[in-house]
Amino acid sequence: MDIYLLEAIINGILLGGVLALLALGLNLIFGVIDVVWICYADIVMCGMYAIYFLAQYGVPLPLACVIAIIGIAGLGVLVHLLIIAPVLHSPPLNQLLATGGLLFFLQSFATLLFGTDFRNIGVRLPVLEVATMYLSFARLIAFAVSLIGAVALYLFLKRTYIGTAIRAIAQDREIVGLMGIDDRRIYLVVSAVGGALAGLAACLLALQYDVHPFIGNTFGPVIFMICVLGGLGNMIGGFVASFVISQIIAIGGYYGSTELSYVFAFTFFIVLMLIRPRGLFAP
Amino acid sequence: MSGSRLLAAIILIAILIAVPAILPPYFLHLAIQILIWSFIYTAWALMGRFGFVSFGHGAFLGVGAYVPALLWNFYGLTPWIGIPLGVAAAVLLAALVGYPCFRRRVVGHYFALVTLALSQVVLLSLVAARDVTGGSLGFTQKAVGHSWYALQFPEKGYFYAISVLLWLAGLAIWRWIDRGIGREALDAISEDEDAAASIGIDVMRAKMGVTIISAGLTALGGAIYGQYVMYLNPETVAGIAVSLQIVFAAIAGGVYSLLGPSVGALLTLSLTESLRVWFGTNFIGAANTIYGILLVLCIIFMPQGIVGALQRLRLPRRGPIKPAVAEPHSATRRPSSAAQ
Repeated sequence: MDIYLLEAIINGILLGGVLALLALGLNLIFGVIDVVWICYADIVMCGMYAIYFLAQYGVPLPLACVIAIIGIAGLGVLVHLLIIAPVLHSPPLNQLLATGGLLFFLQSFATLLFGTDFRNIGVRLPVLEVATMYLSFARLIAFAVSLIGAVALYLFLKRTYIGTAIRAIAQDREIVGLMGIDDRRIYLVVSAVGGALAGLAACLLALQYDVHPFIGNTFGPVIFMICVLGGLGNMIGGFVASFVISQIIAIGGYYGSTELSYVFAFTFFIVLMLIRPRGLFAP
Repeated sequence: MSGSRLLAAIILIAILIAVPAILPPYFLHLAIQILIWSFIYTAWALMGRFGFVSFGHGAFLGVGAYVPALLWNFYGLTPWIGIPLGVAAAVLLAALVGYPCFRRRVVGHYFALVTLALSQVVLLSLVAARDVTGGSLGFTQKAVGHSWYALQFPEKGYFYAISVLLWLAGLAIWRWIDRGIGREALDAISEDEDAAASIGIDVMRAKMGVTIISAGLTALGGAIYGQYVMYLNPETVAGIAVSLQIVFAAIAGGVYSLLGPSVGALLTLSLTESLRVWFGTNFIGAANTIYGILLVLCIIFMPQGIVGALQRLRLPRRGPIKPAVAEPHSATRRPSSAAQ
């Protein structure tokens, strides 16, 4: 096999890890609260700015990451309280549009505060050379941490009381109230966890990409596509779909240009949606 | 139509005719933009009001704008042929995605996200074909000065007249659909597709019809916009940003009333422009920041849009703005939807 193609495939797998993390966060929120945060990638952008500025002011990177994760978890709670809670019982499309308004707001507010410059945290991680392939260390870390994050989320949902409550609410919204579970509290926890996952993704992306106000547009549509392909709310489906899409992007990029690879991915998505409207893994 | 409404219509037409004579060029430019976008938002509302929320109109707008411009630049083909070709291409695209979507019952969120992907496909294809379209740097039509053949008029008066006619035509089509039999069928479909089908409504035909009209008109609006500004950029005529802009402005104005989308265009464009003038270039993003906040507030507190909210204030007893299905239908509808 062509060594460059192999390199593209491996990079695709590594990219898939981060996408999977983002898809998990979005799916968790959708599965439990039943609202699509169309601004999810822009919340990641906020996290990337947080890390950038913390790093600028001399905060050590690991500490900056921890602060960013906690901060973005807080932002998730705020988004829920200020925007989602008032439209919780509106038609789904109004909810989609309310978070779409937030997308506009976050992008323009970031432009207002920070300008449109591309900023880099200035951490240069080494590039590994494996059998004449170049693999970025930042991507390897991102992949490993994403997987750890996914496992941690799995354990949280399976092994803790509140995790069980979250799964219960995703299964039957009406009954859980009778079981003495306060759904409003669960929604807050889920928004915080979803935010924390966005914060974690921000840490990993800040190592690889420059941050600018519109970086959310690069990832946002892809993450939605992944979640819908996997079946909205279906976490395992989303996890698998991340790797399918990242392979299409990576291999498409190898044969054509970056934009074309995304065109392939979106076209694949549209076609699959028409063949299997409820997602790849729907029964 | 009562006397007072006729009077209002006459006054409106008088104002429209007087505008180019009175307004300084900058405001005339603004008026043309508001009219063209009003037309596009009205076209979107044709679908949006029935709950088919498309985020794909950026795609139709992009196709409508780029096809005649590319044909003109590369083959010297007059926009009089190029524009219909662009509209046809957009209609084809809409049918290609719409038909399976409707057949496979892709609705609600899923429809919104499939059409969102469609916008992205057109945007990224335009960027990827940078040898032809100039990519993200944009693309300028070959200017030939004043020409009917090339549909280029440096003097703004011509485009003002064109955009007024376009806008009025858009309103007429909106009204034609609103008054037609199809509107009740579509209302029934948006409430319950199975029930609508069970009373003999051809669901596919109704949905395809309104989708094709909406996409075609959007493409036409895009073509006229392109002829007017004489500069196309994928980011400004295609893609998610434009789709969201269309959806928000139409919803902010109100999709259930004739003038709702136009009010949306008037408000959003004058807001953006005045904020831009107010803040200048020192605060890039300030305008859109305020815009974003207003959008969120608007959707939380006025889901029917501004015109819808005003109508509610004026006619408090009218009940829901969105009219229910006609009486004879609802008798058959209830049992079948209860059986689900």
